[in-house]
Amino acid sequence: MKILLFGIAKDIIGTSSLLLKEAEKNPKTVGELKKLISNKYPKFKTLSSIAIAVNSCYAEDKTKLQSSDEIAIIPPVSGG
Amino acid sequence: MIMEIDIQIVNNIDTTSVYQRLSHCKSGGICVFIGSVRDSTQNEKVEALDFETYEKMALKEMEIIAKEAGTKWKLNKVILHHVHGRKEIEEPVVMVGASSAHRDACFEACRFLIDTLKIRVPIWKKEFFTNKTVWVTEHP
Repeated sequence: MKILLFGIAKDIIGTSSLLLKEAEKNPKTVGELKKLISNKYPKFKTLSSIAIAVNSCYAEDKTKLQSSDEIAIIPPVSGG
Repeated sequence: MIMEIDIQIVNNIDTTSVYQRLSHCKSGGICVFIGSVRDSTQNEKVEALDFETYEKMALKEMEIIAKEAGTKWKLNKVILHHVHGRKEIEEPVVMVGASSAHRDACFEACRFLIDTLKIRVPIWKKEFFTNKTVWVTEHP
């Protein structure tokens, strides 16, 4: 499962995309992914919010994940 | 009536084209907001900004915002342009606008466009100070 990273998420994890290895238990939902990421990289807990995009749309915690989905971590946005 | 939408992520914003982009035979008013790079934030000297975008999603979100504005107000044209990459002091970084028959609709829509863009569109700003760089992670 490949996850795109942007902004401060890229700096926290240290790469522009994260590959969750087959050996790791792939998260089944957006909520599970959020937990996995913030446990693995506790710095995410210091951010005011964290969203997940699935196929370039904001997704809810209950949204199910497929390995073919384009998944992205969306740290607090700051455009404009 | 069909509202025309012009959405772009660009290297440089062309502010000179905005009148032509928004003018419309049924519009009696055009309202535009342009955001630019300020030389300081919280009393610290800023040297430049760098914008990273998740372009595919940013374009989608900008279109959702434009269409939402079209449901709230009667608009003839809407534009949302945002830059990516490094921008120096006084350079434009975002330009949004709307045109409508009367001014109330385009004033209100313009405010909605920029406020909503700042909340939803996946674009991230890095501030370059004299001796450090910081990702902005709160809405300014």
